[in-house]
Amino acid sequence: MKSKRMKLLALPYLVWMVGFIVIPLLLVCFYGFTDQSGSFTLENIAEILVRENYRPLCLALLLSAVSTAICFLAAFPLALILRSRKIGRGSFAAFLFILPMWMNSLLRILAWQTLLERKGVLNGILTALHLPGQRLINTPYAIILGMVYDFLPFMILPIYNTLSKIDDNTINAAYDLGASIPTTIFRVILPLSVPGIVSGVTMVFVPALTTFAISDILGGGKIFLIGNVIEQEFVLNSNWNLGSALSMVLMLFIILSMALLSRYDSGEGAMF
Amino acid sequence: MERALIDLKGITKLFDGEIILDELNLSIRENSFVTLLGPSGCGKTTTLRIIGGFERPDRGQVFFEGRDITDLPANKRQLNTVFQKYALFPHMNIFENIAFGLRIRKKSESYIRDKVRYALKLVNLVGYEKRSIDSLSGGQQQRIAIARAIVNEPRLLLLDEPLGALDLKLRQEMQYELIRLKNELGITFIYVTHDQEEALTMSDYVVVMNQGYIQQAGTPEQIYNEPENAFVADFIGDSNIVPGLMLEDRLVRIFGAVFPCVDSGFGRNRPVDVVIRPEDVEILEKEDPRAILHGVMSHSIFKGEMYEMECTTENGYEWLIHSTELHEVGTEVGLYVKPSNIQIMNKPASEDEEAIGVEE
Repeated sequence: MKSKRMKLLALPYLVWMVGFIVIPLLLVCFYGFTDQSGSFTLENIAEILVRENYRPLCLALLLSAVSTAICFLAAFPLALILRSRKIGRGSFAAFLFILPMWMNSLLRILAWQTLLERKGVLNGILTALHLPGQRLINTPYAIILGMVYDFLPFMILPIYNTLSKIDDNTINAAYDLGASIPTTIFRVILPLSVPGIVSGVTMVFVPALTTFAISDILGGGKIFLIGNVIEQEFVLNSNWNLGSALSMVLMLFIILSMALLSRYDSGEGAMF
Repeated sequence: MERALIDLKGITKLFDGEIILDELNLSIRENSFVTLLGPSGCGKTTTLRIIGGFERPDRGQVFFEGRDITDLPANKRQLNTVFQKYALFPHMNIFENIAFGLRIRKKSESYIRDKVRYALKLVNLVGYEKRSIDSLSGGQQQRIAIARAIVNEPRLLLLDEPLGALDLKLRQEMQYELIRLKNELGITFIYVTHDQEEALTMSDYVVVMNQGYIQQAGTPEQIYNEPENAFVADFIGDSNIVPGLMLEDRLVRIFGAVFPCVDSGFGRNRPVDVVIRPEDVEILEKEDPRAILHGVMSHSIFKGEMYEMECTTENGYEWLIHSTELHEVGTEVGLYVKPSNIQIMNKPASEDEEAIGVEE
């Protein structure tokens, strides 16, 4: 009786999953493995070996890995500081850091475009100081900056969550046993925050790897990531088959990286 | 007087402007088992944390064998702490938990193995090296926490309500274990608890605290038999605390009846507080010539090892009496107290101290 009602409650989610996850995924697979006429082919998948396709993939992997690393290096000390504050004040500060998430992410990237442009705000300041203008926009660095800025809160939040769950006395115990502050961080705090770090890395790396908006706006159409290539195949070239195939390859890389990460996770993810 | 291991001088601590410890002075002898006892919020844990180095006093100094360690961080102090709720490292197995302090001090692998085995033997958990923390019961986790601390051979072990999370039977078992450990290791223990029975059972020296002040410090016998004020008398075990008038040395008037006692030096006709433990009130036949007060038995509960009874005397006061002999409710009886069982205390001098006396 009870289990029947539970099944009924699960139905809407089941419909949602089939309609909006399973069927679209199957469609992507179908397009990826067929040509324009609808017959089976591996040619689209093989396209990833073409220079114009694998270079953007490698670049995307590189830039998102760098961005994820920077996010982690920025977020972990910050989360440590937030944790050491009294609970109320700490969570208010954490709130300030996630506040930008309430703004449209595209808008935030456009703001960076205005700041970094050749005749933008930053170069304006440099010119006013009689310093040579810099080429800031349309560089990989600008894209990394955009990724870090956009995704940093997704790294802070899960790490802060796991850190705030560590008992004060567990940390005090390490000091008590003679550990210095760095030793305590590396031997006790860092290992205990692994679930949060795994969540944070996932939540930064995946959207960074698949983005096309950030590279489009801050790369000025000159720097192509795999996201841009896929977008172009769908929108510009109307080649759904190639776009789907490249998406599948990208998905494969994401699954691989998740599998790698899950080896470090003890299964108590802070958000996943 | 033996050499002091720890000396607290004028320790004052405030949290958000509220005084937690007020000019606290305490000297702890080497090799003693000292208990800081008091209700929650009395400042006992803060005192322990200041000794441990987890809290800095706002004023005052901490001395370790005469050396000022007030500014020495926790990781540089020659002492170890057993925390409330154990605070073990959940990502390490039992061996690594116990070995943590030794690894920090870069001891050799064979030394660490020997030491960990010895520590596990001391807490009766031989063979548990490879087990995970989650696989242990609360009592076992507590033993590991103790092993993790003592493996470093500290001069002083701080214990912050270590048995608070355990059930009664286990707690009593651990009390004996701790006494045995202390004797085997020959180190100083400072123990924090709100459980007066635990304090009396285990310690050589009890420090009763309330509202940031030391109310009384002494041996368990002194604390129990000669409480210095109403708070101590009330907090340590059950007692009858009644107003009295010290007529002269060794003679006190309580509710109109005159009791011989052994205290002197209070002066003539001084109002005092009188403490009489419930097991010290003797119930006599109504006509017994020794009876000093007369009353009617008004209440009786069987408590196992004794009856807890109340006797209402003519003035309306209900005396709490513990005895192995039952006296039926409604019986008219006489009451007698031996002179040596009457404890005279000065009345609190001011309203402030009055407030301390009636706490909780």
